[in-house]
Amino acid sequence: MSNRIDVRKTYKLFINGQFPRSESGRVYEIKSGKDFVANPSQASRKDMRDAVTAARAAQPGWANATAYNRGQILYRIAEMLEGRTSQFVEEISLLEKVTSIQAKAQVKQSIDQWVWYAGWADKIATAFGSTNPVAGPYYNFTIPEPMGVVGILAPEKPSLLGLVNCLAPVLVSGNTAVLVASQSAPLTAITFAEVLATSDLPAGVCNILTGIKDEIAPWMASHMDINAMDISGAAKKTQPALREAGADNLKRIFSFSDKAKTQRMTSFLEAKTIWHTIGI
Amino acid sequence: MSNFEYAPAPESRAVVSIDPAYGLFINGKFLPGKSHFPTINPATGEKLSKITQSTTADVNKAVAAARGAYVKTWSKMPPAERAKYLYRIARILQERAREFAVLETLDNGKPIRESRDVDVPLVAAHFFYHAGWADKLQYAGFGEAPKAHGVVGAIIPWNFPLLMLAWKVAPALATGNTVVLKPAETTSLTALLFAQVCQQAELPAGVVNIVTGDGKVGAALVNHPGVDKIAFTGSTDVGKIIARSVAHSGKSVTLELGGKGANIVFEDAAIDEAVEGIVNGIFFNQGHVCCAGSRLLLQEGIHDEVLEKLKRRMSQLRLGDPMDKNTDIGAINSAEQLAKITSLAQVGVSEGGESWSPDCALPVNGFWFKPTIFTGVTQAHRIAREEIFGPVLSVLTFRTPQEAMEKANNTPFGLSAGIWSEKGSRVLWASKHLQAGVIWANTFNKFDPTSPFGGYKESGWGREGGRHGLGAYLKGGDHE
Repeated sequence: MSNRIDVRKTYKLFINGQFPRSESGRVYEIKSGKDFVANPSQASRKDMRDAVTAARAAQPGWANATAYNRGQILYRIAEMLEGRTSQFVEEISLLEKVTSIQAKAQVKQSIDQWVWYAGWADKIATAFGSTNPVAGPYYNFTIPEPMGVVGILAPEKPSLLGLVNCLAPVLVSGNTAVLVASQSAPLTAITFAEVLATSDLPAGVCNILTGIKDEIAPWMASHMDINAMDISGAAKKTQPALREAGADNLKRIFSFSDKAKTQRMTSFLEAKTIWHTIGI
Repeated sequence: MSNFEYAPAPESRAVVSIDPAYGLFINGKFLPGKSHFPTINPATGEKLSKITQSTTADVNKAVAAARGAYVKTWSKMPPAERAKYLYRIARILQERAREFAVLETLDNGKPIRESRDVDVPLVAAHFFYHAGWADKLQYAGFGEAPKAHGVVGAIIPWNFPLLMLAWKVAPALATGNTVVLKPAETTSLTALLFAQVCQQAELPAGVVNIVTGDGKVGAALVNHPGVDKIAFTGSTDVGKIIARSVAHSGKSVTLELGGKGANIVFEDAAIDEAVEGIVNGIFFNQGHVCCAGSRLLLQEGIHDEVLEKLKRRMSQLRLGDPMDKNTDIGAINSAEQLAKITSLAQVGVSEGGESWSPDCALPVNGFWFKPTIFTGVTQAHRIAREEIFGPVLSVLTFRTPQEAMEKANNTPFGLSAGIWSEKGSRVLWASKHLQAGVIWANTFNKFDPTSPFGGYKESGWGREGGRHGLGAYLKGGDHE
């Protein structure tokens, strides 16, 4: 019996529902100890800008999908993730120096997060909106709306759960996302993109880049067509400069503690208040 | 038959007494200032008083007073007792409403009809509304025991001087913060009169402190390490400067900034009502309104009819003495603002817009600008893109509702929008697609303490008013 040679996976970017290589042609090497693992793409500023274009184009459609529909798609992501558990366990164990039991726990938590947020889709307006008893003949109400395109810097570790913690609360309300994956453990992010690609998530709603975080992050922060950012995954010392760059278009920039849950949703909502006259 | 003429009906200014010079209000007392600048009545140029230019030392003293009051008194007081102080303030404001209205009009130049019927009643309502929240914060949706930030630095503009004070001070105090307030350079008088209200209400010393002066005083407050939260209303340019300043300090910030609101009139609108709404949208408060409906979007089929009626209505507007109860349009707040409006209006003409104003005489003294509309304006024109903050309306047209949405949203701002249509489903469709924090359907420029106010995109961060606005003054609450 001959020794079969593995068919390895090429880890590429995920932009507008497709898996392109970086336009720059760059890759960077990922190792596990001394062993070569993969050459994921090293995304460039141009890749990031392409991803923003895709996210912007997809945003109105995603926001205008019914909340029921968005909830089902998020739930579908959980279903797809469940079926691929073993693949994620393998990739996490390889790069995060954790046991397969710990890796499995991370995957299960990630799946449960999607289920939890999926259920929020059609409850956000109820929980965070209001009707306002103004002193006059007007019907007045406030509805939460998505902010638009959100840039996410995912934490280094845990690579899958960290990504999910950032992404699910952004998408559930109708935002679209450009996410920069864990730089040191990017494989799960791209495998996760394959999950998204088979979950009925419209192209462009979530775009995933791999590469050097400190290279891409400043360009994201100063990009004029990104409305908000989650910079929880950026090194603490780089965060003030990102906030400063984000002031150019008054980006809403947040960094969350690991405990934050609903705040991760509500931070990426705008409150829209509508007045209408009452009369006959 | 000739028109009936109005006889002048001036409000008496005897109700208010203005000191020859004002100091600062720190730790419950008025402290004399060292260097002063004049504050004038923009409708006449008359000098009303002298205002103190605060120093860094003054700001330090005010922040220390606010911190002391927070630590020793305000944060320890049972919330129900805190509420009673706010109720007291609301009642005193109602009692002294006429005094405040007259002083606001003298210092700001807005018509007495507006300061009396809009600004001051809303100020009292704001304190009354927030008083009730003080002991109910656990029901506001920000956790079971939401915490105050501590010391709030509030920086407010000149267009609604006392109302903007109320928008900041009322929620800040209700949530248990103490305040250092910097009023606008040209309109400090009603804030200083409010300090007297705090004294009459026996508000504990240091809970509210007022430092006057120019932008340097505001910057000192923004950068002061003893200030935990910044609440700013003003221009988008200054808002960006503040956003950069706090990027390194981690202070919580709310910004209520500029706008270029679209007022959209569909063909099926009730035209006469829409014309009233257009006038209210852009000429209310001389157009010194961040949420003004400064871009009129008319569906093509009604363009001529609306313009004809709008011009007729504008010809009836009475511009002049703000103290006259019949006056619709008062004075521009300052020479600086008048220069800015004049300059942008000239750009409008030089870029090919057609300017029209009613034939009305302007008073000789003070700062005045005729209500003006520009037709033949495209989205590329500066007067369709930049905030003019004056009584200048740019008129654009659209054919389809989709085109109206695209044009309305084609701006970095996102504060307000207006929709005029008799069809409910169209109103709600447009409401859904407009990227703006406040949408007025078949009305415009309405405000209420229960109604969250604030913008999308470059119009700012956070909301003021309602449950949403409350969150801005609570730790973690600004994430909503």
